[in-house]
Amino acid sequence: MLVELRGNNFDPWQEIQQFQNSHPELTGKFGATSVFVGTMRDFNDGKDVSSMFLEHYPEMTQKYLEDISTEASQKWSILDTLIIHRYGEIQPDDPIVLLVVWSAHRAQTIPACSYLIEELKMRAPFWKRETTKNQTRWVEKNTPV
Amino acid sequence: MSITVKFFASLRETLNRDVCSVEPSDAHTAVDVWRIATNGSEFPENTLIAINMDYAKPEQPVADGDEVAFFPPVTGG
Repeated sequence: MLVELRGNNFDPWQEIQQFQNSHPELTGKFGATSVFVGTMRDFNDGKDVSSMFLEHYPEMTQKYLEDISTEASQKWSILDTLIIHRYGEIQPDDPIVLLVVWSAHRAQTIPACSYLIEELKMRAPFWKRETTKNQTRWVEKNTPV
Repeated sequence: MSITVKFFASLRETLNRDVCSVEPSDAHTAVDVWRIATNGSEFPENTLIAINMDYAKPEQPVADGDEVAFFPPVTGG
């Protein structure tokens, strides 16, 4: 289980490969990998968005992301999880969050990955402030599923 | 010691402060901390509270050395 908060841009696919390379105990054991990547759009709520600042409450964010990873591993039979979440200044097309779940079977990884993103959106203390052509504005709520 | 109070995101901007401290003898609950830290203002709807980095209710007790945070609904991911 790994949770990292990053102040700089990252390549989610490279992160997955690096994690697998550095965890040889996974080799031959996982038959399913579920991945969620959240990416910044250049539009929201009817307006073009040129950039975004992601504020967070560092210690509480780390704690809650670790908590939801532990909860997922208690609910489903999974081998490992990886969460990377950005903070700071973000540009359109940059990844915001990467969630990965490894297990022997998809019946475990798919609901576990879904659980991680929904719980993260509900509980992890991050706040988005968007910059549009004419203003900056705080995003007041997440988009429902 | 004292109670450390933190404000985040739009709430921090509205109040124009990010951190302050409150004397524990004056505050018994999280909402007491809010009133003291904001000079008696009403606790706003939809504001979330964390005590020592766990979500809490407004009437939850606070103690010397606690960190109490106030913030709007979260929008990560």
